[in-house]
Amino acid sequence: MENTVSADPYVDVMLRVNGSARRLRLDSRVTLLDALRDELDLTGTKKGCDQGACGACTVLLDGKRVLSCLTLAAQCEGREVTSIEGLATDGRLHPVQEAFIRHDGFQCGYCTPGQIMSAVALLQEGRAGSDEEIREFMSGNLCRCGAYPNIVAAIREVAGRGSE
Amino acid sequence: MRPFEYVRADDVAAAVALVSADPQAEYLAGGTTELDLVLKDGVLEPGRLVDITRLPLRGITFAEDTLRVGALVTMEELAADPTVSERVPFVREALLAGASPQLRNMATIGGNLLQRTRCRYFRDSTVMACNKRTPGSGCAAVRGPARMHAILGASEHCIALHASDLCVPLVALDTVIDIQGVDGSRSVPLTQFYVLPGERPDIENVLQHGELITRIRIPLLPVGTRSGYLKVRDRASYEFALTSAAAALLIEDGTIVRARLALGGVGTKPWRALEAEEILHGAPATGRTFRAAAQAALGDPFTVAGTAFKVELAERTIVRILHTVSGVRS
Repeated sequence: MENTVSADPYVDVMLRVNGSARRLRLDSRVTLLDALRDELDLTGTKKGCDQGACGACTVLLDGKRVLSCLTLAAQCEGREVTSIEGLATDGRLHPVQEAFIRHDGFQCGYCTPGQIMSAVALLQEGRAGSDEEIREFMSGNLCRCGAYPNIVAAIREVAGRGSE
Repeated sequence: MRPFEYVRADDVAAAVALVSADPQAEYLAGGTTELDLVLKDGVLEPGRLVDITRLPLRGITFAEDTLRVGALVTMEELAADPTVSERVPFVREALLAGASPQLRNMATIGGNLLQRTRCRYFRDSTVMACNKRTPGSGCAAVRGPARMHAILGASEHCIALHASDLCVPLVALDTVIDIQGVDGSRSVPLTQFYVLPGERPDIENVLQHGELITRIRIPLLPVGTRSGYLKVRDRASYEFALTSAAAALLIEDGTIVRARLALGGVGTKPWRALEAEEILHGAPATGRTFRAAAQAALGDPFTVAGTAFKVELAERTIVRILHTVSGVRS
């Protein structure tokens, strides 16, 4: 056990966020989502349902997409967190970000960071083989504006496939 | 939401000892059920959460026609296992039919078995009548609007559904659960792991406080057996089942030599359809046999107005998956 058994409502956490080590002292109840937004001022990751139903809070944890609203920050000790702010390199947008702009893959934009993080992971997972596969493996990200056709088109383009 | 202490465990024995000694302590794995109920719904109020995600319970190994799966393997990891795809493909189908990719990257196999019901009355702490939360307080679901609820194993005391997809093929396969307690380890078949609600819906399984699922053992299907999982739901993806069925059939010369059948979306526990299996064994693989099996599986339902539709839907789900798996045309 790394902690003692005395009832301590605080935890010390070291997160690696977008390549930088960040040390925080947090209430044990703080989620990764709230740590990113409220402690680290990384407000790109959005709080939608805050209950694991909408995907707006999707980030990559050690390269895999997860929901930051149902993850305690304390559970991420030493792990690599990638948020939407970490995708661009040297001032250049990630190809998925560029494709979302080109295909108008959003309307209000609130779900967009989660959609893009999920799409980046989906492409790494090799699950963009067909529009049907993209839709199935993007189903954890809801878009209440209904930008789905354009989101699928953006992902399809980055996957290097023509329109179906 | 009351404060809790967060403790990260790095040793199985120490984790089990810590939780066993503290009635207010609970395990935290993927968090997709636990944190939802603690942080968001306020239904669970542990004084201490013991994070077990760093424990060495992650491997998948294959020997003697059995797949041994560490309790902390994630749903996505198990779905990606080549032996699962080859020898128990309906397990993969059920895994990928559940939740979303994000949740499947978080949720563990042990946690999937122990996931709590999605009953909205259970998850709403402002609802006073819930025998599962407060024994003896009544059941709001039996009297109120209910749809995503159980019709098998249910009673006037509780109609809360066990919503797992994964557990449906697992219970069909006679999966065994390995459990670690302070006084040693034991193994329980999944068919005997869950407890029907009866008059004590708060007791959901045979685990004692502090006991930890460390591994599950999945017996693989004999070569030549075909299997499938069918999930019927209100939208095409990312939704819980209204009804589902997992079937495995070994058919020789048109006769069903061995059948395994289990149901989801209908039971207070993952529901093994033994009565239906009896009808299938030795019978000709025909639509008539399948319909008889389906009726036997739903022989004694407990329905309320909102769940009555599930009887026929579940029967049709069974008939459909048996046709699909057998290749016999309907």
